[in-house]
Amino acid sequence: MNPQPDIRGRLVRINGPIVEAEGLGAAGMLDVVEVGALRLIGEVIRLLGDVATIQVYENTGGLKPGDPVFATGRPLSVELGPGLLGSIFDGIQRPLPAIAKHSGLYINRGEKTEPLDRSRAWPFQPVAALGSRLGPGRVFGTVRETPSIEHRLMIPPDWGEVEVLELAPAGDCTLAAVLGRVRDEAGSERELRMSGLWPVRRPRPAAGRLAMTRPLLTGLRVIDALFPLARGGTAAIPGGFGTGKTMTQHALAKWSEADIIVYIGCGERGNEMTEVLREFPEIIDPRTGRSLMERTVLIANTSNMPVAAREVSIYTGITIAEYYRDMGYHVAVMADSTSRWAEALRELSGRLEEMPADEGFPAYLPTRLAEFYERAGAVRTLGGAEASISVIGAVSPPGGDFSEPVTQHTSRFIRCFWALDRDLANARHYPAIGWLGSYSEYLPDIAPWWAERAPEWKPCRDALMDVLQQEVKLQRIAKLVGPDALPDSQRLILFTADLIKNAFLQQNSFDDIDMYCSPEKLTGMMQILELFHRRARELLQRGGTLAAVRELPCLEAVLRMKHAIPNPEAAKLDALRRRVDADFDELDRRVA
Amino acid sequence: MPPPGGLEYCGLRKVDGPLFVIEGVRDVGFAELVEITAPDGGVRLGQVLEVGRGAALVQVFSGTSGLSNTHTRVRFLGTGLQIPVSTEMLGRVFDGLGRPKDGLPPLLGEELRDVNGLPLNPCLREYPRDFIQTGITAVDLMNSLVRGQKLPIFSGNGLPHNRIAAQIARQARLLRGDLRFAIVFAAMGVKYDVARFFIDSFERSGVIGNVALFLSLADDPSVERLVTPRSALTLAEYLAFEKGMHVLVILTDMTNYCEALREIATARGEIPSRKGYPGYLYSDLASIYERAGRMEGREGSITQMPILTMPSDDISHPVPDLTGFITEGQIVLDRDMHQRGIYPPVAGLPSLSRLMKDGIGKERTRADHPHLAAQLFAAYAKVKDIRALAAVIGEEELSPLDKLYLQFGDAFERRLVTQGEEDDRSITQSLDLGWELLRMLPRGELYRLTEEELKERYDTAAKSEPT
Repeated sequence: MNPQPDIRGRLVRINGPIVEAEGLGAAGMLDVVEVGALRLIGEVIRLLGDVATIQVYENTGGLKPGDPVFATGRPLSVELGPGLLGSIFDGIQRPLPAIAKHSGLYINRGEKTEPLDRSRAWPFQPVAALGSRLGPGRVFGTVRETPSIEHRLMIPPDWGEVEVLELAPAGDCTLAAVLGRVRDEAGSERELRMSGLWPVRRPRPAAGRLAMTRPLLTGLRVIDALFPLARGGTAAIPGGFGTGKTMTQHALAKWSEADIIVYIGCGERGNEMTEVLREFPEIIDPRTGRSLMERTVLIANTSNMPVAAREVSIYTGITIAEYYRDMGYHVAVMADSTSRWAEALRELSGRLEEMPADEGFPAYLPTRLAEFYERAGAVRTLGGAEASISVIGAVSPPGGDFSEPVTQHTSRFIRCFWALDRDLANARHYPAIGWLGSYSEYLPDIAPWWAERAPEWKPCRDALMDVLQQEVKLQRIAKLVGPDALPDSQRLILFTADLIKNAFLQQNSFDDIDMYCSPEKLTGMMQILELFHRRARELLQRGGTLAAVRELPCLEAVLRMKHAIPNPEAAKLDALRRRVDADFDELDRRVA
Repeated sequence: MPPPGGLEYCGLRKVDGPLFVIEGVRDVGFAELVEITAPDGGVRLGQVLEVGRGAALVQVFSGTSGLSNTHTRVRFLGTGLQIPVSTEMLGRVFDGLGRPKDGLPPLLGEELRDVNGLPLNPCLREYPRDFIQTGITAVDLMNSLVRGQKLPIFSGNGLPHNRIAAQIARQARLLRGDLRFAIVFAAMGVKYDVARFFIDSFERSGVIGNVALFLSLADDPSVERLVTPRSALTLAEYLAFEKGMHVLVILTDMTNYCEALREIATARGEIPSRKGYPGYLYSDLASIYERAGRMEGREGSITQMPILTMPSDDISHPVPDLTGFITEGQIVLDRDMHQRGIYPPVAGLPSLSRLMKDGIGKERTRADHPHLAAQLFAAYAKVKDIRALAAVIGEEELSPLDKLYLQFGDAFERRLVTQGEEDDRSITQSLDLGWELLRMLPRGELYRLTEEELKERYDTAAKSEPT
């Protein structure tokens, strides 16, 4: 990783994070360079004759024309190996705790720290047999990275098939250790190590794409019931400030049914990353019984950190996600927020004096967004496993106006749109995912999965959705004439819709019981609400009154079921459902 | 002693708005501080915005009026913009660049610090959790402030944001013991009366000795406003993280700051994004607002209260909008409530404190606080719907329950939100007031409260107090 002393340029112009240097004609496009005496990290983004334009990932204050620039001859890469889980990195994969040890409270410039801990020993376990031939992406050994995650060491995807000549025995090894020797197709020998580099802007290859047939269960009822995301799918959460994008992202990171979570805090608040750092280690994953931090990688490039590093942070995150995907894991990536990333693109583009398109954003914004979201998907890995990356990107439209370029372009490349609603947020109805503007295109893909496990899911979902959609129309009329002027059958719609919102859609992420909803509890609750509405409608048809429905003794239990019935006791919902049925039977008898 | 910096250059290439270009310079660094001697002998400060190929683009903090292309002398000082910081600065008045403005001699700083600061390492941040009692029910009960939070006041012209900020500054205290505190006040482009109002308020409450003021008033050059909040925060960081003080930073008015930023961007011919503001407005504001919080292993904290006036009360204007994306909530003032004589006119629904959830509840304020606040919000949201309905069909046509809600809404605004400027309510008073109002509503409506809470606070009091 040492800079090549032979390619060395000289700064000629400095304009914020964009600088120009002469004498770098031999450097490659997108190569990493080190700028000035502090050796600030930068990347070549334009070459014109002998002059290279460089975006610098750190504050350029004090740089002078004439300062040296050193080429490294390699593209911007991340180091992939054991030790990623549970770590927090900045946008260019510098571990923040290590930086803190060097430079205290503040992040000084020119910090150079190895991304992964060199001194730590990992328990290596060889898997491949001597003399066997392994294709790229095949596992040659494993390391227990955390109690719940086995780190699978693979033949790098760009090597081709190799023959295993030598492999270290089981035992503790550090990253520096040579774990084995292989001969590649060209006949030359190569060393196997625990970690390797991969350029962030190049997607890691997979053997092929698979159909997405399973939902990514998130534990959030409004998503799992109404707008489900498929495993390997892409979703966007657009919302103005204060509508709960970050809270929703945090909840998804906590409870999503994924093996690995990569959380990219891109241009957002420092305190939010602190919250994740302090909170996640204490939360127990309901599936593995282990701390959530053991499956999480954090990339933190907060809003006050250099803007060029914000641009790259999203690629750093997704490359790490691809690495774990290649081991055969299901990974979920949260990017909060993609708007800040797009703004970084805009700022850099402005400094490059490029011709702007919409609202000053560069014309290549949609291309970049498409490239990023396309790195998601369910795949057959090179190693032969089924794995996936699901991407959930928060979008922060200015003024909450979804017609702005980032929201508009993003919605072309995602298939699940969770629109946050200002009115819901103002009424402290969280998660404020509105049922009018949101959609999921994965519904037909994953409906068979539910049909096999819980056949009631689809009909209940349709019934609840129908009530919510009808309510919106009726509300318009009710606002003009008052709800009391409507017939009972229509007021029932308003009543049930309120019940669905309060008892089901609204979810308190600070309540120990309500914060996460298991699929069993989810379908149980959906059935009760569907039953309630169906029976009430039948009752009204037979001449019953809405007033009687409102007085039903079971109603309070229905309203409180989300808090009162913990996930492991979801079977209690059956009893509640029978109680609702019995209460209605009683009313029916009275009407008759 | 020879003057700092290197060569002195004479003559400029071009003067344009607050910027000038100088050619033939050597060894000039990006963001370096520049000392400019005008033809009349006056000395001004500037900063390098761009440098390359022998030329430098410089912005002048005190404006370019009177500079000539031929007779201006320029010296590059070899450092970024720095100010001296020390605890002696408390009780003093400075201009935006940290130079004394009170006629007293300049300070010997304990340390020189770059005003731009460095980003705080997010993994060393301590999550803010200590509730600050401001004595204002609309804040304490509904939008609680915690130590280390950045909570702006979104206001409009003519609304009493200054009175509210001053009241908070006077009354703010921690529930458990008080520690060393300081107030750093930065005024950007506001009138002298506003600054005077704050000074008087600090003097009356006897805290003026703990206040450092950075004033860049309406008649000061607009470019100086770009540095004022940074100077103030540089001092605040020093006091908080080196001297262990709890610092409240009041920044007013951020809209003027953003306008100065737009002025420079336009003068540089940059591509504008929304409403002519530069595309990096978000990053720039973040470099100010993120200088708040608490750090691991340090005593002190920085709590920020920026004030901004929303042009034509439009919350989707880029300045409040981008601020809201960075800060941890917002206190929104409502013109309609103000016209109805309600003080403080804190809008119930759009106001929000994001850190409230972790700063309140058991062992912090009181166990029933989170659910009580949620219930009050839900009920007040319903009041808004019913009011809209009543405006159409008339109040008489409302159901009895809806009428109860209307009464609740009035009481909420008249009794819970409304209070005097000298009225310092304890959190217990505020909480009890919340319960008193909820008792106006039937028990079945209070679904955000638990059965136990209702038993303890709704049922018992309903029996003991005849209605």
